Amino acid sequence: MSVELVAYGCFFLTMALTYAIMCLGLNVQWGQTGLFNVGVAGFVAVGAYVSALLTTPETAGRIGGFGLPMVAGWLGGALAAALISFLIGALTIRLRADYLAIATFGVAVTVQLCALNLVSVTGGPFGIGFIPRPFADVADDPLLFGLGNLGVLAAVVLVLYLALERLVRSPWGRVLRAIREDEAAARALGKNALWFRLQAFAIGGGIMGLAGAVQAHFIGFIAPDNYLPRLTFQVWAMLIVGGSGNNRGAILGAILVWGLWAASAGAISALFPPDQQARAAALQIVMIGVGLCAILLLRPRGILGEERIVSRHLGRLARAGRTTSEETSRAGNP
Amino acid sequence: MTPQVLMDGLVTGSMIGLGAIGVTLTYSILRFANFAHGEFVSWGAYFALAVAGALGAVSGALTAPIAPFSFGWALPVAALVSVALSGGLALLVDALLFGRLRDRRSTVIILVMASFGAALTLRSLLEFIFTSKPAYYTKALQIALPLGGGLRATPDQLLTLGVAAVLVLAVHLLLTRTAIGRSMRAVSENPQLAGVTGIDVRRVIRTVWLLGAGLAAVAGIFAGLLVQIRPQMGLDLLLPLFAAAILGGIGSVPGAMLAGLVVGLAEAVAVPLVGGEWRAAVAFVVLVLVLLFRPQGLFGRAG
Repeated sequence: MSVELVAYGCFFLTMALTYAIMCLGLNVQWGQTGLFNVGVAGFVAVGAYVSALLTTPETAGRIGGFGLPMVAGWLGGALAAALISFLIGALTIRLRADYLAIATFGVAVTVQLCALNLVSVTGGPFGIGFIPRPFADVADDPLLFGLGNLGVLAAVVLVLYLALERLVRSPWGRVLRAIREDEAAARALGKNALWFRLQAFAIGGGIMGLAGAVQAHFIGFIAPDNYLPRLTFQVWAMLIVGGSGNNRGAILGAILVWGLWAASAGAISALFPPDQQARAAALQIVMIGVGLCAILLLRPRGILGEERIVSRHLGRLARAGRTTSEETSRAGNP
Repeated sequence: MTPQVLMDGLVTGSMIGLGAIGVTLTYSILRFANFAHGEFVSWGAYFALAVAGALGAVSGALTAPIAPFSFGWALPVAALVSVALSGGLALLVDALLFGRLRDRRSTVIILVMASFGAALTLRSLLEFIFTSKPAYYTKALQIALPLGGGLRATPDQLLTLGVAAVLVLAVHLLLTRTAIGRSMRAVSENPQLAGVTGIDVRRVIRTVWLLGAGLAAVAGIFAGLLVQIRPQMGLDLLLPLFAAAILGGIGSVPGAMLAGLVVGLAEAVAVPLVGGEWRAAVAFVVLVLVLLFRPQGLFGRAG
């Protein structure tokens, strides 16, 4: 019993961490740079499909199946998604902010169409199966298998987290924030706003592609239905709940929202008769939609919120400034 | 290219155009891309379905088809009710969500995100109430009439074209010849200045929602009449709506209608060439081309 419980815990956390990667990618685009991507599902799908094509063994009736090692698939998936992000960014970032949103929405629709209709590449509505899974040789032992996968995912998230934290605090990350907060000022300092935005958008898209690839290899099977607008929405909810602009918030939000999602799915399958399940699943999406709107209204900064100051040099000054201002405010209060 | 392609394109295009007018008005006056606009299309179709169903249950005579058309008097009556209800729904969403975000001066992107949340909520709610099974206003089949020159159209299709033309003309006159229309254009130019000169900005915003959602409902009802009614119908139309609004030039009503026809025709021309399953990608291609070559649209101003 307890073994099963631990195995389920591992499965749950591993799934949540795949979403955490998507959240980290979205955080680079939205949290750090203020670029709105409504097509998260599309970029995730590109990563998943490219990785699946690169790593699956050769199959009759389907192009692809190169049987490459898994790491090659992950990198390929990430690069493909980054490339598409770069192209769509190059097209729209110079225009009005919400044109980017509309264009990314179009990407998601088109990727979904390709997944459904390019049957000879993507397997059509039935998707691609037999994607190699990490630790597949110990799949008989659920505990070992679960722990192994969780370990891999935790390592990926940790490396990504450390890299992104470093990036945010680097001069590059500070320029991104400067552009987001006051583009005119940043440009006056000689920063090419368009180019920085484009880089951030491509990096974020690449991370989403990586997330798709990693998730595909964990589940071992992908189909177009995994990448509906609902996915985009879940990832947004995760980032907003956790606190956009904060990488730890992105990871926390992913685990929390995925937990709520899994719990409500469990409640629905327990409460509703089998013939009403599809209906009840719609109610689940209503709930998360209302939740997202409520957070936007009530607590737009999320649970953790953004760290206002990321520069080490400024941080010291600000800490000093805060203590003095706290003292003055304390002094001001009777 | 056969003339029939032209007919199909015009019919689809007129529905896209009606929806795009709402997108272009919210975009220019409320200043955000409303991802929930497609849901007014589907809610409009379902409102009409529910009301027409209720009317039909009261009196069977109301469902007997009117001469050349496939539907009875229940549907036009239900359509009017549906336009009002859809307008009410838009005002409700604005009061609950967009209005509050506007009051606290949220950025455009927060509004866009909220509209995305509202869209998913509204769509899933429809799926919950009506299930995702397709529904129809009428089971009657229509024979396409020859119009000469190899052109054929059903009476329902001709009605769609006629109603769309009348509505576009009416909205255009409303915007150019009436006081509220002038106020709307003033707010779209500069909301602060318009407020200072004594224009009731709240009234303008209400008008935008009523007009946009009402036209979307009409588009939804015709789409339901000519194709079918599904909770996803608004989502499927969303990309064509945006493509048309941007191609027409944000803020231009005749532009939105004309661009809607262009997108509809592009779909009709492309479908026989690449297959019906790629229909949704056509709008994306149009969108990319517009953004590449003329991001301000046909009737928009540069910058």
